[in-house]
Amino acid sequence: MATENLIWLLPLPPLLAFFIIVLFTNKSKKTSHIVGVGAAALSWAGAMTVFFRALADDHFVAFTSKIEWIPLGEEWLEIGVRIDPLSAAVLFFVGITVFMIFLYSVGYHNYGQPKGDHDTFGLPPHGATTKDEHGHSHTVPSVEPMYSRFFAFIGLFAAGMYTLVISDNLLTLFVGWEIMGLCSYLLIGFWFAKKSARDAGIKAFMTTRIGDVFMLLGLAFLYTTTGSLSYEVIFSEETLHALASVNVGFLGLSAAGAIGLLLFIGAVGKSAQWPLHVWLPDAMEGPTPVSAMIHAATMVSAGVYMTIRIFPLFSAGWDGHGLTTAMSVIAFIGAFTAIFAATIAIAQNDVKGVLAYSTISQLGFMMAAIGIGAYVAAAFHLVTHAFFKALLFLGSGSVIHGMEHGVLHTGDHSVDPQDMRNMGGLRKKMPITFWTFLIGGFALSGFPIVTAGFWSKDEIFADAFAHGHMAVFITLAVAAFLTAFYTMRQISMTFLGKPRTPEAEHAHETNWTMTTPLVVLSIFAVGYGWVGIPEHFPVLGGLLPNWFHDFVGHTLEHPPAAVEFSWIPLITSLAVALGGLGLGWLVYRNFKAGAVDPMKKVLGPVHTLLANKYYFDEAYDFLFVKPAIWISEVFTNKMDQGVIDGILHSFGKVALAVGTFLRTKIDAPIINEFVGDGSAEVVQIFGRWLRKAQTGRIQQYMLSALGVLFIIFIALYYLVLA
Amino acid sequence: MDFLSSHLLSVILFFPVFAAILILFLPKGEDKLVRWTALIASLVPFVLTVVLWLNFDASASSVFQFEESYIWYAAINSNFHLGVDGISLSMVLLTTLLTPLAILASFSIKEKVKAYMMLFLFLEMGMLGVFMSMDLLIFFVFWEIGLVPMYFLINQWGSSNRNYASLKFMIYTVGGSLGLLLAIQLLGVSFGTYDIGELISHFNYSAVLHNIPLNMDINAVKAISFWAFVVAFAIKVPVWPFHTWLPDAHTEAPTAGSMILAGVLLKLGAYGFIRLVLPLYPAESAHFAGWLAFLAVMAIVFGAFGAYGQTDFKRLVAYSSVNHMGFVLLGIAAAAKAIGTANAHIAMNGAILQMFNHGLSAAGMFFLVGVIYERTHTRDLREFGGLFPLVPVYGGILIFTSMASLGLPGLNGFVSEFLVVRGAWGELAGYTAAAMLGLLFTGAYILKGVKNVLHGPMNEEWAHGEHKLTDINTREIVVMVPLMALMLSLGIWPGWLLTVINNAVTALF
Repeated sequence: MATENLIWLLPLPPLLAFFIIVLFTNKSKKTSHIVGVGAAALSWAGAMTVFFRALADDHFVAFTSKIEWIPLGEEWLEIGVRIDPLSAAVLFFVGITVFMIFLYSVGYHNYGQPKGDHDTFGLPPHGATTKDEHGHSHTVPSVEPMYSRFFAFIGLFAAGMYTLVISDNLLTLFVGWEIMGLCSYLLIGFWFAKKSARDAGIKAFMTTRIGDVFMLLGLAFLYTTTGSLSYEVIFSEETLHALASVNVGFLGLSAAGAIGLLLFIGAVGKSAQWPLHVWLPDAMEGPTPVSAMIHAATMVSAGVYMTIRIFPLFSAGWDGHGLTTAMSVIAFIGAFTAIFAATIAIAQNDVKGVLAYSTISQLGFMMAAIGIGAYVAAAFHLVTHAFFKALLFLGSGSVIHGMEHGVLHTGDHSVDPQDMRNMGGLRKKMPITFWTFLIGGFALSGFPIVTAGFWSKDEIFADAFAHGHMAVFITLAVAAFLTAFYTMRQISMTFLGKPRTPEAEHAHETNWTMTTPLVVLSIFAVGYGWVGIPEHFPVLGGLLPNWFHDFVGHTLEHPPAAVEFSWIPLITSLAVALGGLGLGWLVYRNFKAGAVDPMKKVLGPVHTLLANKYYFDEAYDFLFVKPAIWISEVFTNKMDQGVIDGILHSFGKVALAVGTFLRTKIDAPIINEFVGDGSAEVVQIFGRWLRKAQTGRIQQYMLSALGVLFIIFIALYYLVLA
Repeated sequence: MDFLSSHLLSVILFFPVFAAILILFLPKGEDKLVRWTALIASLVPFVLTVVLWLNFDASASSVFQFEESYIWYAAINSNFHLGVDGISLSMVLLTTLLTPLAILASFSIKEKVKAYMMLFLFLEMGMLGVFMSMDLLIFFVFWEIGLVPMYFLINQWGSSNRNYASLKFMIYTVGGSLGLLLAIQLLGVSFGTYDIGELISHFNYSAVLHNIPLNMDINAVKAISFWAFVVAFAIKVPVWPFHTWLPDAHTEAPTAGSMILAGVLLKLGAYGFIRLVLPLYPAESAHFAGWLAFLAVMAIVFGAFGAYGQTDFKRLVAYSSVNHMGFVLLGIAAAAKAIGTANAHIAMNGAILQMFNHGLSAAGMFFLVGVIYERTHTRDLREFGGLFPLVPVYGGILIFTSMASLGLPGLNGFVSEFLVVRGAWGELAGYTAAAMLGLLFTGAYILKGVKNVLHGPMNEEWAHGEHKLTDINTREIVVMVPLMALMLSLGIWPGWLLTVINNAVTALF
């Protein structure tokens, strides 16, 4: 098949899977997951084909194809697909992670297990009682009641991501973007009977929507100014030059910078950057495969991908040294988010909560990188992070699953299977999960040489240092230290030492559909780093070509040059990674059941502040949510029913008053009583008086007739003759 | 067939009346027969509209097609002149599509079925007449005809507060119509014609003026008629702050009445702006475009806030109409500001598409509210919650329709909202930016609706015994399927409708 046609087809299998499951196969769990996983496999195969065809082409620029979509005035709005080096690299990790997450979901939702005893739609499965051949009854995990629905939703989710990646323009990118927004809402709130899940879904949708409306304005602005949203047009030299030379009169921004920032606000929402980061930690309420989907494969990656995509726009007019205003803003937000979220992660006890804040922090790394113009480094970290973070999330899901097994065994449902304080010693119970999680954790920490995370993070440091962005460099170095520290804290508390609860004692390894994705992803969490080793790196440099830099760099019209090697960023990188890991291990290796967190002793009230996430939720609730509800429920209703309707009703009242006045003061007394009744009365009186004449005697009538005749004659005599 | 092809518009227009008369003579007590007759009869105009659509030549040089003209009131030079262009054609399609669906939705009506169905068919004629008229006087006649059946529908088949709502609806709209009639008379007498096309072409040449009443200045005539038109149409749309009749009327009307009210009747006002105000008063429209945009933004923002603040599910949906029609107005305001430019074309395309899209999603939403109301006899959002496990199919359909209403990309609402925002940005950037607050809150109230109806722990009150909620039935699904199919098709491939609209828009504006 022609590559262009194949690209058009990529989002189709999961999209069709959504419709097929919803409309036809929702009663059958087996058919539904075959359709769902099969669709993910098909798209994966397609994505790989496209990727390797792009790789095979020595002078690869892009595969493109477009069609006319809507007529507007004299022109057509065209949409199309485009795979260039950047989107090919993204397609690669999306294909793999999505497929792995689908496969993992089969085991995660306990396929093949019996139906739960009390399970209902909208709640996680509670477990089922079975009897073995000896007549002993056991409580075992039960299958998710909304199993088919889950595959439909993540199918749509994947379709949204594929649409976003293959788009050749910002409009269809936005379509995919918003479809993912819907799916994240549906999936975070998947267990809709739980209030926390319901609220988290709404929070995710609304918070990202704040970014989205700004992005929509950015799209309108861009489209109005350039007449197009297609990458080919908007990233062309002339367009960028024209946009860079217009001043919008706000903070000294050029039109290019203003548009870039408006679009970037969309990414701030989607990629959960400060100050719109609040939704992502709550997104943990969804089933764990969804967390992996949101945190790695799709949603948050989409924000970074878009920001990398529009790099030419907000960097238009950049001379390569001092940053443009828009770039400074992006670099600031990124760097600040990186360290801000890392500090919060230290104080979290939920195994997924730590990962959630680490995602926010790592996305900050990417944003900071793209903000300082480290184009390739940002893209590189995006890809490696997707692999190791998907791995970590699926790993944490496996841990929770193992712990839930323990909870079902002991029957003590008060034990939170997600709280790391209840874990410990899982290393021996869940060896595959442990080793793969260790790989993921080390990649996240940037463990030197062997992990992919090291290479991508190192490249960001090198770039920041080489271009003299010392503030960003130092901030990110501290954030990286914190990252290594909290990661080791997490590994220690979860897997090392001795089990701290009977539940952890009875945890056991999950089945193959869950462990296979872990193994596959850990291969990439290690190996993907080797495609981007800088050429001048001591000893290792030059053994393998720096393929990633060459390949992705060519997405830009002027591929960026590789930075010169320097020991300072390398040593920093080694020091923060090893130092953080070492310190984390020292502090948490002997964490005892019921013990106070060692960091709490050190930090005191600051720890409380961190544990409560700097009280952002509470502040936003007070500043924005409550006033908005007041405006809706009180102000608007008062305005409509009080003021506006009040005016209308006063018209009615005036009309009624006028009517009443006319009736009681004019009609009734004057017209009715005086004129109407009055004239009748006059006639009546007259009649009554006249009746006296009606005597019935003929002589009297004759006399009257004579009298009348006499009067007539006299009258005639005077009137006529005289 | 010859007769049919040369009189297609009048056949579509009057067929509902024949059907209504036929229904009058059906035997008493045969409700089933009446319902099916009404349904089948209402399908005829729809099929004919499809024929019309297929024979409509979007690329033809003449904008108006299928014109028919009969002498009607020769003494004052008013003709029974019908015709459609791409704008009115899409509205005709919307009307003939929604009427059968509304009639099918009314199969659960048990009282006075005959009168109900007849009123509906009369209503259809009134609405179609407005869209097809090319003569001001018959425009007005049909405008008023549409009003009366709706009054009775609300007043006779509505819910508890129906007397207040129907009276408010009637008086408010008639209040607007008074000025409309006066303005039409003034123009007709001054220019010696009621033909809309002729009026537009003569409008700026005072040489042809015969006799302006009361020796008024021509500019006074224009100013008076401009404001009279604006007020009449503004009430109908409704433009903020003339919108308070809408939540009452929509909420009290029977389900199918709300479907048509939101689906088509509100479009009459916007159509009036597009067909009469902008072409007749380009200078005035451009001058007041900023004010219109301001009111549009007020409607968008406070429509959204208002919707969020409701506890009655139907009122929530009713306020969403205020919010969505605000985008239509914003598009019209942008087009008015910059007639003849690409921005105006894009904004106007967006506005008209938004009219069509709102017709689909509002009708769908009101119907879905009706489905749940019929089963539970309450619309109070606080009494719902946790219905999803009980009515999974209904839940799926409700989420789908809500998302279309929210403007989710991939469904219809997004395309039109995007076009409006795109067109308006270049002309009215500040207002467009302010409108985003409303767009944000659209998400909030839609999710509130979904959450308060479907989500939450399984609702025990409706789960057992005689109160057990039954899922949406086949008839009700049949009502929703065409709407959902159109929402999806317009989201993925809006070209089929926009081609027709765009040609008229580029030719006229």
